[in-house]
Amino acid sequence: MCGIIGVIDRKRELMDGSSIRQALSRMNERGSGEGAGYVAYGVFPEFKNYYAIHVFFDNIHESKGAVDALLSEWGTIVHDEEIPTSDHARIRKVHTPWRYFFKPDATLMPRSTAPEEDIVTYIVMRVNTTMTGVLIFSSGKNIGVFKASGWPEDVADFYKIHEYKGYIWLGHNRYPTNTPGWWGGAHPFNLLNWSVVHNGEITSYGTNRRYIESYGYQCTMFTDTEVVAYLVDLLVRRHGLSAEMAVKALAPPFWDEIDRMPEKERLLHTAIRLTYGPALMNGPFAIVVANENSIVGFTDRIKLRPLVSGEFGNRLFISSEEAAIRTMEPDVEKIVMPRAGSPIVGRLIA
Amino acid sequence: MSIGTVPLKFRVTIDNKQCMACARCVENCSYGVFRMENGVVRVSPRHCVACHRCLAMCPRDAISIEERPVDYRSHPLWTTDVKEAIFNQARTGKIIVGGMGNALPYPVIFDRLVLDACQVTNPSIDPLREPMELRTYLGKKPSHLDLLTKINGDVELISTLVPNLKLETPIMIGHMSYGAISLNAQTSLAKAVNEIGTFMGTGEGGLHESLYPYQGNMIVQVASGRFGVDINYLERGAAIEIKIGQGAKPGIGGHLPGEKVNREVSVTRMIPEGSDAISPAPHHDIYSIEDLKQLVRGLKEATEWKKPVFVKIAAVHNSAAIAAGIARSSADAIVIDGFRGGTGAAPRVFRDHVGIPVEAAIASVDAKLRQQGIRNEVSIIASGGIRESADVAKIIALGADAVYIGTAALIALGCRVCGTCNRGVCAWGIATQRPDLVKRLDPETGSKQVANLIHGWTDELAELMGAAGINSIESLRGNRDRLRSYMLDEALMTVLDVKSVGA
Repeated sequence: MCGIIGVIDRKRELMDGSSIRQALSRMNERGSGEGAGYVAYGVFPEFKNYYAIHVFFDNIHESKGAVDALLSEWGTIVHDEEIPTSDHARIRKVHTPWRYFFKPDATLMPRSTAPEEDIVTYIVMRVNTTMTGVLIFSSGKNIGVFKASGWPEDVADFYKIHEYKGYIWLGHNRYPTNTPGWWGGAHPFNLLNWSVVHNGEITSYGTNRRYIESYGYQCTMFTDTEVVAYLVDLLVRRHGLSAEMAVKALAPPFWDEIDRMPEKERLLHTAIRLTYGPALMNGPFAIVVANENSIVGFTDRIKLRPLVSGEFGNRLFISSEEAAIRTMEPDVEKIVMPRAGSPIVGRLIA
Repeated sequence: MSIGTVPLKFRVTIDNKQCMACARCVENCSYGVFRMENGVVRVSPRHCVACHRCLAMCPRDAISIEERPVDYRSHPLWTTDVKEAIFNQARTGKIIVGGMGNALPYPVIFDRLVLDACQVTNPSIDPLREPMELRTYLGKKPSHLDLLTKINGDVELISTLVPNLKLETPIMIGHMSYGAISLNAQTSLAKAVNEIGTFMGTGEGGLHESLYPYQGNMIVQVASGRFGVDINYLERGAAIEIKIGQGAKPGIGGHLPGEKVNREVSVTRMIPEGSDAISPAPHHDIYSIEDLKQLVRGLKEATEWKKPVFVKIAAVHNSAAIAAGIARSSADAIVIDGFRGGTGAAPRVFRDHVGIPVEAAIASVDAKLRQQGIRNEVSIIASGGIRESADVAKIIALGADAVYIGTAALIALGCRVCGTCNRGVCAWGIATQRPDLVKRLDPETGSKQVANLIHGWTDELAELMGAAGINSIESLRGNRDRLRSYMLDEALMTVLDVKSVGA
């Protein structure tokens, strides 16, 4: 089942984490208390030029040395610290969450057009596939993911998210079927500046994963959601598609609709489906994807999961439930239930 | 005579209490099993091939056919087939030729793979009530798109797409030439693909004039003998296929016996009447991959880059690397023909012993192309041993874009897989050129039956996809997570990249 919510303030006005905590717990009927998480954009202004690499260590003494060494090999660790948490009766601290602020050395990837991003991606894949007891779960600039096994309000209190201020927040309330209790299995999933929260199941995962792996991504988190982050990264960052066009590739119109379009549009959508057929995502899903400039919400092609949006002033909200949005902003306006496959996009205007 | 008479393959008996001496069996058997003597039907069972034409035509169910009523002493090694092949070659000193596909009881991988269905966590999709997309495009595709977003928000397509074949179902009919099969058989298939919105191959036999109305659904073949090839032929096809090899006989060329080359066949193939049409083993202008590339480009130039060009190879041990080489040419699709593929005539030793199953070949080709990051740029067509819609779903999940069926389509026309296509006296009017036999096959009825078959499979495929929560064929393609192996060995599971049932 799962409940999701996302908000963007289009003028970058900062919001602390207390209201999204309330909104997410409003959807506890959609979760099971075994996983919840948040991501916030704009939370590390003093380190905003560095990649904020967030790591779960099973045992600091055993594996931190190896991560330090790998990061130092590829760049400079500007600062690192344990992520502050509070003792919490209902959350068992099975991992030690840590964060590094990291500056990659671009000269080490000379042939790349985006060397810093490629280095960070490489480090994430390398750590998550080859090191045991270590998981990098957040790797963007000025972005922090806070997730654990527990109810949303407990996870929020555990990480003290009311102390963080961001202009974009996503939250996820999990009802796990596959990897209950594993912190890494909680959402949001993040790679570089992309973060994803997802309600549903991707029946095309086997196709999507193999497609994305042929571009060098490696799926390491035992869940179908991470593939969404990689697909968006490939389509938007590497292939240069707009958010709208990327959604048209991931959840395209049916051929019946395409056949009825005017010629130019028909050719465009045919080209998208032919080129990005293996990226098409099937199965029931509602997803919100964020990067540093925008959030995009969309559902599968026959809308087998709910998604609703609302606006208030400069803020755009996207959620599984209107009730959750109203918890964050009681005076919300323009409540819209988007059609299957059509994206809701919120972009910064300042 | 030191070998003497061998046991009967089939015992044919007539129940005289049932028989009304109508002589339909006498008339229908083209193998000479039946004759009328003094108002009673007599049989020469030794001629019987079990094509069941007599059974099908007998109005009184008076005929029964029994396989191997008297057999040799059973032996696991020195089987009946082995012994009879030895007798045969001891007598003749020749290569044994047979029709149809591989006749050895190798395990069938398809039957050790099971499909998935949704329960609870995701809903299955009902194709009767929701859209279900089987449309498939075959041909080269770009690796990424160049789009231009204008100031007013309109998006313009900068990349240009090359022509693709548009199929309304991923099921096509493979290449069976006019000559190997009759014109009525080809016409039946042509009408069927035209009705369904899919395609069929001409085989290396040219395109008969009477099939021109269906040329929009025909893929013309260029094989090593170049029979029937001229610019008119190339231009008429919806696509062109270069045949390098065939699953039923990898490594050797085709063989159409002169008896099947009548006037019409001779004109269509552009060879003398009555002459054997023997295609060379290799193309003598293709001795390496770069030569193939030139032929692909040559054919594209000749047809002004308007038609997709496919390359068909037999599934052999190194198919994956070969396919990767083909994908780097301008070829639009690669056809992988598995070792169970049928044929009009093939040496028994090749038919039964050379090549690999299509399931393993497709899995390794798909994986290799993905490793090299070029999988979606080229299409993969699987053929050879596709028997039912479940096979289609499984091979697509292993990585194919579409399939060719051959034997299944002929069975829809009445073929009983008796395996004597090479003899040219097919009692069903399919693998023969004898006018009296050919006319038994009515293209109107035949096409209806073939169209029904493809229609039925397509509906079943849609139901299977819906049950798996998939509403677009792209999401089934290469989706090996939706397959499980049931009692396959670990090495094969690695090749197929599937988990075990329960895992």
